[in-house]
Amino acid sequence: MADIKYAAYICSGCGIGDKLDVDALEKVATKEGKMAVVKSHPFLCSTEGVDLIKNDIANDGVTHVMIAACSRRAKAEAFTFPDNAVSRANLREGVIWVVAEGSEHDEVRQEMAEDYIRMGCAEIKKMTQPAGNPNKAQSKRIMVVGGGMSGMTAALAAADAGYEVVLIEKTAKLGGFASNLLKRVPFNAPYAEAQPTGVEELASKVSGHAKIKVHLNSTLSETAGAPGRFIAKIAQESGAIAEETVGAIVQATGFTPYDINKLTELGGGQANVVDQAGLEALAKAANSGAIKRADGKEVKSVVFVQCAGQRGSGGNGNGQHLEYCSGHCCATSIKQATYFKDANPDVDTIVMYLDLRVPGMGEDFYRSAQEKGVIFTKAKVNGVSGGLSGEMSCKVNFKDLILDEEATVDADLVVLATGQVANAGVNLDEWTATVTAAESGDAAAVQRKSELQKISVLNLNYRQGPDVPQFKYGFADSHFICFPYETRRTGIYAAGPARRPMDMFQAMEDATGAAMKAIQAVENATHGRAAHPRAWDLSFPKARLEGCTQCKRCTVECPFGAIDEDERRFPLFNEERCRRCGTCMGACPVRVISFENYSCDTVGMQIKAVNVPDEFEEKPRVLILACENDAYPALDMAGIQRLTYSAFVRAIPVRCLGSANTIWITDALNQGYDGVMMMGCKKGDDYQCHFVKGSEMAYYRMSKIDDTLKQLGLEPERVQTHEVAITDNARVARMIDEYVAQLTELGPSPMKGFG
Amino acid sequence: MTATYKNDFLKEVEANVEDGQWVKMCMQCGVCAGSCPLGPHWQHSPQKIFMMIRAGKREEVLTSDSMWMCTSCYNCIVRCPRKLPITHIMHGLANYAHRLGLAPKGQPTREIAKLFWDNIVKTGRVNELKFSLAMYFKDGFGQGVKNAMAMQGIGLGLMKAKRLNPMEMLGGHTCKDKGGIHKMIAKAREIEDRRKGLSGH
Repeated sequence: MADIKYAAYICSGCGIGDKLDVDALEKVATKEGKMAVVKSHPFLCSTEGVDLIKNDIANDGVTHVMIAACSRRAKAEAFTFPDNAVSRANLREGVIWVVAEGSEHDEVRQEMAEDYIRMGCAEIKKMTQPAGNPNKAQSKRIMVVGGGMSGMTAALAAADAGYEVVLIEKTAKLGGFASNLLKRVPFNAPYAEAQPTGVEELASKVSGHAKIKVHLNSTLSETAGAPGRFIAKIAQESGAIAEETVGAIVQATGFTPYDINKLTELGGGQANVVDQAGLEALAKAANSGAIKRADGKEVKSVVFVQCAGQRGSGGNGNGQHLEYCSGHCCATSIKQATYFKDANPDVDTIVMYLDLRVPGMGEDFYRSAQEKGVIFTKAKVNGVSGGLSGEMSCKVNFKDLILDEEATVDADLVVLATGQVANAGVNLDEWTATVTAAESGDAAAVQRKSELQKISVLNLNYRQGPDVPQFKYGFADSHFICFPYETRRTGIYAAGPARRPMDMFQAMEDATGAAMKAIQAVENATHGRAAHPRAWDLSFPKARLEGCTQCKRCTVECPFGAIDEDERRFPLFNEERCRRCGTCMGACPVRVISFENYSCDTVGMQIKAVNVPDEFEEKPRVLILACENDAYPALDMAGIQRLTYSAFVRAIPVRCLGSANTIWITDALNQGYDGVMMMGCKKGDDYQCHFVKGSEMAYYRMSKIDDTLKQLGLEPERVQTHEVAITDNARVARMIDEYVAQLTELGPSPMKGFG
Repeated sequence: MTATYKNDFLKEVEANVEDGQWVKMCMQCGVCAGSCPLGPHWQHSPQKIFMMIRAGKREEVLTSDSMWMCTSCYNCIVRCPRKLPITHIMHGLANYAHRLGLAPKGQPTREIAKLFWDNIVKTGRVNELKFSLAMYFKDGFGQGVKNAMAMQGIGLGLMKAKRLNPMEMLGGHTCKDKGGIHKMIAKAREIEDRRKGLSGH
């Protein structure tokens, strides 16, 4: 500890020197911040300025650097010193650009800057430069679960990039659902004719690849570990268990067509009503000749019913089936209609659609089918009757939505375009409820638990359950837009229709993306750093277990299932699974969880370092805890746009609002702050939180803080939580001013002077 | 009767109607219906006509007044995202319905077209006086006199400006080779009928 030397560097460039008294700031850093070295420079991010710091590090023994200049989001590259802890005081975006112009604001502007210097100095004293996870994982192998188009594509992508691949396939051969298809929707110009599926070529490429090891007739009986060190137990047909160590997992377990027998209102279950998979089987049997029904009669007329049991009440069927659009079925029906037209142009082929959805080049394929004489009718199908036996044809009752009239058409065969149901394993909400009930001795729950274990794909031994959490409609996704492939289990990436409904082309693209994510995960794991979204972060949570009360909040609240329990029921951190959001740190009631450069202390000491004026000065103090991903950039942007806001606020960036520990709020209020603003990302189903559940956890915790406030004799208005998007720069400035005005009306905090 | 929602009538249209092979390419977006300046005034929009053809509604399509209401403004052709020659298809359908004798009786556009055709094929030139008079008197003698009286001011003005020659009433001027024109028209009709598998009108 003797070697620690703190240094503060204050930049006077970008107008900082004009607006602020830099000499006074230096004095604060020296006297109050107790920095051993304090220097200022007119252009700190220049080569000369950076060299000044480097020189002090190299020759003057400086180990900890506090830089008071622009926002930590600016000039990050210039101010990176890999072996030294660095804290940043935001004088530019946080002070001079947001405090109103004019000499009447000089005093509050200077006070704000001095507080940020105090905060930077306080933070750096509690920071150490993280060295990375000492238990570096070893395996860079990638396991792909599922041998369909997605799985094979992912395996080849990873193997061609030089990574060893282990591929697990449940059935006796590679190919998956695509093996059952006669042809696929075209991938290439001119997008006019259905193409061969290419599944055999892909399968032989996979089987023949030197870097791919294929396990057929195999399922996962257990998956343990973390990125870089997963241990997969593979149950083989013979009953033997093979063990493979892998670094990351791609889950490409595909889909199952929705059960057509449930669609009785559309004729599901009748002999001459098939789903798209059933039609592929008939077309394959026909071998390019006339397509025949199951009873052997040649099909002379066929009706395709789109959105069958899909899109809730907006589709065809009684609305009691799938809520979503499966995306591929329109193009698939077009393809299947051309099977008929190619074999015999005289077959009456009608596609009844509600909205024909053929994105991208699918429009050309649609046009090609029209040219072949496929008739497209915009219609809501009311029912399908007849077709029960022998020669009898089906009767489709429908409403023609263009001609606005009820109509009927006879058809030899009806094809229902049913949806995709994800093979995503166990729903973790059900799992948790079942396990809880089973533990309390419910016999039915015990039974259900063993059923769920059979459904499970991965059989993870994670404390939070055996599969990846599902997002919407049972798909293994975590966000529709922001984090494709990333499930809420680090190192496990979903691809293809297991992730969201999609066609073969999209699934193959998806698989490549997931393979790249898996590579990112193994590379970072073997270097002892975070994979994403804080890629390359070397810090990781450390727990002082002697203080732990085994309350289990961290293990329950971790959005990524990173924390298990050891045999003594203490939290067991799997650093490689961790995304470094700090939600565990925010959850911990006894504050034993911390990162080397981010902890209850690094923030807590900043809160305490602020100079809170007494009640007679009429200068309220407001603490802002701002999520560094969205809210803090919005505050910076407000500065960049020269929007002004009150100089009475002091903003501290946090990794995620989920990492905000309630002690910070209590500390701030005890200290005499008049109010606290917590700014996090949008929560809920369409959340924007980078750590999925972080902001939601923060809201949940803060909803319980009212009692504490009452105990302190404080009004509930003194703590506020807000959703702030990265684009909310104008809104955030307005919010601050409104809140300060509200607090002024409320009067000073009664806690002032007791801190 | 043609079965509904079967391809029979669509095939008939493709074989017999000018540009009829485009009907199946309609994607039912309705831009033509929204673009037609006569939209509110006719029975069926082009979008509906195309859907009716695909639904096999032969009688309804061929007896519709819609094709006759088209003013050839070409708005629909310009806007159709699928590049269907809608104006031409409408005219083709009108022509086909007329030949089959199914077009609506007394539909003004159809009547004028007939008068115009009969007038021009006689001499190879339009006899404007005879054409105007034929128009005035198409609904009977009494109505004809009324129409002529209503238009007399314009008629006299045209005469003064030497734009209308009353002597045209007596045969009128003609083109150089009237016989040749008749032969040409007869041949063209023969070719078209052969192509469409029809005989005469």
